[in-house]
Amino acid sequence: MKIIKVGMADLNVIKNLGILTTLGLGSCVGIALYDEHNRVAGLAHPMLPSSKEIRNNANKAKFVDTGIELLIEKMIQKGAFRQNLTAKVAGGSQMFSFDKNNNILKIGERNVLATKKKLRELNIQIVSEDTGGNYGRTIELNVEDGSLLVKTIGHGIKVI
Amino acid sequence: MDVENLNAMMIDILGEIGNIGSGNAATALAGMLSKRVDMNVPVVKILEFKDVAGVLGGEEELVVGIYLDLNKDISGNIMFILDLESAINLSNMLLNRIDTEEDLDDLAMSALSEVGNILASSYVNALGNLTNLNISISVPSLAIDMAGAILSVPAIQFGYISDRVLLIETIFEEGNNSVRGNLFLLPDMTSFEKILSSLGVL
Repeated sequence: MKIIKVGMADLNVIKNLGILTTLGLGSCVGIALYDEHNRVAGLAHPMLPSSKEIRNNANKAKFVDTGIELLIEKMIQKGAFRQNLTAKVAGGSQMFSFDKNNNILKIGERNVLATKKKLRELNIQIVSEDTGGNYGRTIELNVEDGSLLVKTIGHGIKVI
Repeated sequence: MDVENLNAMMIDILGEIGNIGSGNAATALAGMLSKRVDMNVPVVKILEFKDVAGVLGGEEELVVGIYLDLNKDISGNIMFILDLESAINLSNMLLNRIDTEEDLDDLAMSALSEVGNILASSYVNALGNLTNLNISISVPSLAIDMAGAILSVPAIQFGYISDRVLLIETIFEEGNNSVRGNLFLLPDMTSFEKILSSLGVL
């Protein structure tokens, strides 16, 4: 089986057979899109909520907003239909805790909120999610059935 | 100023700063443990985001990470990362325990946070003396989790301004090799300029 790793600020698309995986997802967010009918799956691993807050925003996969747009574009190129797409979201944890409300350290939460907002704008339904907490996740998106396996250390394994 | 604009001389200077800071940190650690502590020559690494998570061997490797923010004249962060076995051995040394715990209890975690605090303070003091910059550190925060998840935190901070991460890595080893840890200094982009210009390089 083909297994493709999707690193930080990266995204990838797969058709028919195989797995897209992100290992050790922390405060970044893993966005899995799936077209069941055409068996096309895409996984994005953006680090920051918005390309509009930042001057250097050439790397589209780095941001939630432009990352989702680019992912959809690539999925359509592989034969997916926009109206078939459903989403699963994982990650966005806060790995370190501090007393003060540090914006940078709450980035996980902001990434998840930005993801939901963008998907709502695009009319893509989120069918399941496993977000937040203070722990890392490894995720595996299987293109055969669109299942998303979430593995953690000490917080169990589940399929969402 | 971006990571891409750093020339070989600037990178050497950042490595040398790492050397002086880490040397001070190693001395502090040795004093704390009353044991010999060895360190390698610090390496300046410039990495693509997708490669950051693998810098400690594997993204899913279970590690203990102690994180501190840098503030005032310099911003960025310092992280001290140990594999679980090293973390247990180190906490046993600090607490004079001879047990064979397979996990870290609250006391052990608090002792390790304090090690992170002392390493970071001594590193930053040396850096401050050298550059005449005023640098303060936050309280330490500790997490036990996958290496990739822990490293995503400093990587994201770089994400705001750059498409690559620059880190200065030093590996510490206690004399009997039962403790091995990686200390990372991650100054952000504006801080490179300040450090380099304070030394008359820019």
